[in-house]
Amino acid sequence: MQRILVLGGGVGGTLSANLLVKKLRTRIERGDVSVTVVDATGEHVYQPGFMYIAMGGEREQNLRRAERGLLDPRAQLVVGQAVRIDDDRRTVELADGTRLVYDYLVLATGSRILPEAIPHFDAEAHHFYTPEAARRLRRALDAFKGGRIVIGIAGMPYKCPPAPLEVAFLIDSELRQRRLRDKTEMHFCSPIGRVFTIESVSEMATPVFAEKGIEVHTFFNVEEIDPANKVVRSLEGEELPYDLLILVPPHKGAQVVIDSGLAPGSGWLPTDRETLQVKVAPDKPDGTPSPRRPHMYALGDATDLPLSKAGSTAHFEAPVVAERIAAQVRGAEPEAKAGTYTGRVMCFFEIGGGKATVLQFDYNHPPHPPKPNRFWHLGKIAFNKAYWFTVPKGRV
Amino acid sequence: MSDTTVPTISRTIDARGSFCPGPLMELIRAIREGQVGDVIAVWSADSGSKTDIPRWAEKAGQRMVGVFPRDGYDEIVVEKLR
Repeated sequence: MQRILVLGGGVGGTLSANLLVKKLRTRIERGDVSVTVVDATGEHVYQPGFMYIAMGGEREQNLRRAERGLLDPRAQLVVGQAVRIDDDRRTVELADGTRLVYDYLVLATGSRILPEAIPHFDAEAHHFYTPEAARRLRRALDAFKGGRIVIGIAGMPYKCPPAPLEVAFLIDSELRQRRLRDKTEMHFCSPIGRVFTIESVSEMATPVFAEKGIEVHTFFNVEEIDPANKVVRSLEGEELPYDLLILVPPHKGAQVVIDSGLAPGSGWLPTDRETLQVKVAPDKPDGTPSPRRPHMYALGDATDLPLSKAGSTAHFEAPVVAERIAAQVRGAEPEAKAGTYTGRVMCFFEIGGGKATVLQFDYNHPPHPPKPNRFWHLGKIAFNKAYWFTVPKGRV
Repeated sequence: MSDTTVPTISRTIDARGSFCPGPLMELIRAIREGQVGDVIAVWSADSGSKTDIPRWAEKAGQRMVGVFPRDGYDEIVVEKLR
C-alpha cells in the first residue's frame, strides 16, 4: 500500500487529491494506493469571496461547502489539526494524538493572517481576510459619511496581491454613487516603490489611482498605529491621519511546518520552482541547489516561490504535483511538460465602475493586462459563482 | 560607484535567491531589528534592487553607502541613521 497524504483542504489540497484519484483510480480501487486529505475544519472556504462580503453584498454561507462533497468519494478525509510532521518516520501527528503514516506528502497548508503582530491593529484597522472582518468593514463603510480613508499593506507577501488595490477602486466607485466622494480624501500606501509588485501591472494601475483622485504613498511600511491621534506611521517617517483605516494584515505560513523544522520562521516552505518538491533547506548563496525531498511537495500559499499567493497559483500547481506523485507511484518518470510548473498564474483585477482586467503570467512572461472593461468584471463574477463546480473538481 | 571597498559591515543579508521586492523587504526587516550606526549589506541578483533600495533609503532617511557590483550579483550597502 502506498499512502498519499495531503495536508490542507483548500484549492491546492482538494484539487491535488482529486487529480491523484483520477490518475491512480485503478490502484486505489484495488487497495494498492490511498489518498487522504487532512483538514482542520472539514470545510472548504472560497477565500476570494471575502472581499465581496465587504464590497459586493456577498453572503458568507455562499463561500463555504463541506470538503467531503468536493472530494472524489475514493479520497479519504480526516478532520483534524496537523501539529507535527516527522519526515524521518514519515508520520503526521494530529492535535488529538492520531498519527498518520505517509509515503508521499503534499503540503497545501496555506497562509494565515497575523493582525496581532501590529499593536492596535484589531481595534483600529479594518481588513477583509475573514468573513467577520469583512462584515465589520461593511458596517464601517455604511456608517461612513466622509473623511479620510487610508488603505495600505502592513506586510509582504500577502494573499491576493490585487485585493487592496481593488478595494481602493471599489470604495471610490461606491462613494461616488453615494455622493460622498467629494467629502472624502483617499490614500493608498504601498510598502515598495510602486503600487504593485509586478512592474507592468503597476504601470497599468498607477494612472487609475490618479484618475480616481486617490493619493499614492510609496515606500510606506506600517510601523505604528496611534489610536489616540488616529494616525498611522511608517518606518520611513511618514504619518497619515485616518477616519477609516483599512490594512492588509501581516501573513505567515502554517505553524505546523515551522514547528516541524521544514520552513523558517516566516513559514514559507523552501520549494523547487519547477518540480514543487520541498527543499531540505533554501539553496546555498553561491547558487548550489539544496537537496529536494523527493516524496514531499508544496503548493499554493505555503511555498516561498516569488508568485502571487492566490488560489489561481494553487490551481495551476496541483496538476504538476499530481503528475509527479502518480508517476512516482507507478515507478515511472513524470511526463516532462505536465510535471513541470512554469509559474503560471491568472487572476482578475477589479478597477471599479463595473470594469476589471485580467493578469496572466508565468516565470518568464510578465502580465500585459488588457484595457479594463465590463467583460472581465462579469468574468470574475461568473468565475466566483462557477468555482464550486469547476476548480476543486479539476474541470478547468 | 567604482570603489569596491566598503565600511565594516554589521550584518549581511544574502537575498540572491529572492526576487523583487524580497531583497528590499529583507533590508527593511534588518533595519527594524538593527541599531543606529549599523551598516547593512544586501546581496541581490535582482536588477530592480539597484534602483529600489537607494530610492527607499533616501525616503527612509537612511544613508546609502553604495552599490557594489560583485560576481553575478550586487552588494548594496546601507547605514541605519534613525
